[in-house]
Amino acid sequence: MSAPHLSIDALLDDPGVGVIVCCGSGGVGKTTTAAALALRAARRGRNVCVLTIDPARRLAQSMGLTELDNTPRLVPGIEGGRLSAMMLDMKRTFDEIVLAHSDADRAQAILDNPFYQALSSSFAGTQEYMAMEKLGQLKAQSATGEHWDLIVVDTPPSRSALDFLDAPKRLGSFLDGRLIRVLAAPARGAGRMSARVINASLGLFTGAMSKILGGQVLRDVQLFVTSFDALFGGFRERAEQTYSQLQAPDTRFVVVAAPEPDALREASYFVQRLEAEQMPLAGLVLNRVQQVRLPELTAATARAGAERLAGEHSLVAELLRLHADRMETAARQTHLARSFTGAHPRVPVATVIALADDVHDLDGLTEVGDLLAQD
Amino acid sequence: MNVSKRAPNWSRVRLHVVSGKGGTGKTTVAAALALALAKGGKKVLLLEVEGRQGIAQLFDTPPLPYQESKVAVAEDGGVVYALPVDPEDALLEYLEMFYGIKRGGYALRKLGAIDFATTIAPGVRDVLLTGKASEAVKRGEKINRPAYDAVVMDAPPTGRITRFLNVNTEIAGLAKVGPIRSHADSVMGVIRSARTAVHLVTLLEEMPVQETLDGIADLQAAGLPLGAVIINQSRHSELSAQELAMAATSSLPADELRSGLRAAGIDPTEPVLAAMIDEAADHAARVALQDSERERLAACGLPLLELPLLSGGVDLAALYSLADALTDQGLPG
Repeated sequence: MSAPHLSIDALLDDPGVGVIVCCGSGGVGKTTTAAALALRAARRGRNVCVLTIDPARRLAQSMGLTELDNTPRLVPGIEGGRLSAMMLDMKRTFDEIVLAHSDADRAQAILDNPFYQALSSSFAGTQEYMAMEKLGQLKAQSATGEHWDLIVVDTPPSRSALDFLDAPKRLGSFLDGRLIRVLAAPARGAGRMSARVINASLGLFTGAMSKILGGQVLRDVQLFVTSFDALFGGFRERAEQTYSQLQAPDTRFVVVAAPEPDALREASYFVQRLEAEQMPLAGLVLNRVQQVRLPELTAATARAGAERLAGEHSLVAELLRLHADRMETAARQTHLARSFTGAHPRVPVATVIALADDVHDLDGLTEVGDLLAQD
Repeated sequence: MNVSKRAPNWSRVRLHVVSGKGGTGKTTVAAALALALAKGGKKVLLLEVEGRQGIAQLFDTPPLPYQESKVAVAEDGGVVYALPVDPEDALLEYLEMFYGIKRGGYALRKLGAIDFATTIAPGVRDVLLTGKASEAVKRGEKINRPAYDAVVMDAPPTGRITRFLNVNTEIAGLAKVGPIRSHADSVMGVIRSARTAVHLVTLLEEMPVQETLDGIADLQAAGLPLGAVIINQSRHSELSAQELAMAATSSLPADELRSGLRAAGIDPTEPVLAAMIDEAADHAARVALQDSERERLAACGLPLLELPLLSGGVDLAALYSLADALTDQGLPG
């Protein structure tokens, strides 16, 4: 069973595609894939903006991203179309939202709050949420001023690819949750729970929290929640809006994986989730695939040949063992890819062979782009 | 093959924290390390803190519950137990242990308080996870019968490890006094001591090596105890330096290739020769990259341990062979 082919150029050229989101688990080459797709689209004449999350230093430099200023900068020397690139600064993006929605004094009170600082710099889902916020900002910016035909988004290096989809909602529902409501304004927080239950639970909660964290912490939380609430009204609503932009008809997801069990399992979860949420999946990019030269010389024949040399011709014996290793690696990867395709027979796949060296310049990105687009 | 000949001395280390860039195989390495440490009849606890059940998958068992379960045995009666630490359960356990709050757990959960404490209160989640590790290390110490000879933690990736381990600094920004603060301080007592070693797993590739070097600098600046750099998926080469140089420039002696192939019973046709030469060139480029990256790592002064790339993938047999590779390099030291 072979998977349908993911035609990268058809995807990049499609005027109906305005956003490409690259997702996958950590260490599979998402950033490189996003940058390579963006560069290729620009060379093919589109006006592209790429939002990278945490690019390797030299790759960032090669795209002119020498400072983290949280706005797209034109990459010089691209022929065909235009390419702008930016790196996400999650804390700054969060700060900007606060500043944009509030007067200076109130904004300062929030920015100084230790809970806000923790939330904006270290909360596990903030980076994912801010990536989506930034995408929203870029889309708005594209509609009103600087226009981009295509925005390519890299996603944060989380362990699980689903974090990107779940974190904003988790953050939203947390900030908008019952506990926060109760803390912020006990009088109107009752909801479906009876006042007695609320009070009993709240007493238990504040008791426990004071014991564990100390009373000062609780006061900081209350202050944080009240000012945040005044600022955003409903955080959940905002998170939902941000989330729903991923369901826009011009959005496509590209799931990136390496031919390893963990990465493909995550990819499979993600594909199922995209289907469930009716988010359009363009296909799977399978990176770092072992290239096979001379498939007709099987691993078994090569190994038997090396054995037969019994200490003679050490050079050839080693080359035969290397060939056998490559064949076995390739066979294992093919098997893993087949399992994925067995579960998701309609998901188009593009494979990229493993390169000897890391990609850290535009030439390298061009090469990856060529490999991605190969039939 | 070891650039650094300084054999690691971990005789006093009880807590092994294994971190590394995503995709470098740190869960595999943590499991192999646990197996290596369990040899000789030792009892080792393998902790997972990122809720992915990666350990269960590696050891080919159903998802593990929040309790210490036996997952593997090692020679002479050694045993590896595994525990996926869930912050919520750790918090409830903590509340029960220190405050006798037992039945409140459900109400707290319903109200979102558990969510709150484990997700937003900065450092609380981390202190619960590291706290579980330090509790396992200290368990039984007072009666001179430690529950575990060693605890191995499959920790968060390099980018987050310093913040994760430096819990009391995180907590300090939030709680100047109070029980969580003293709990954090006592956890730090274990983490900063000679009882702990932080190991970083890397591949011999540019980005993981850079991240490892950055991670080492961060950990050192934070005063956290470093263990070894564990190189994973290293490609071994039997070729001599001269052969590698010829391979790199596709100038291997064609006559020798032909006669060698013939002796091996393989017809040395042009496509076969071309493929051998191409593969040899790939291999030489790979080895050269590995050598230069290994040199960059050696400059950091930490012991380097090296694990081979397994072309057949990682299964239980492979884990044991990786554990043997660690033992061969002087572990447990």
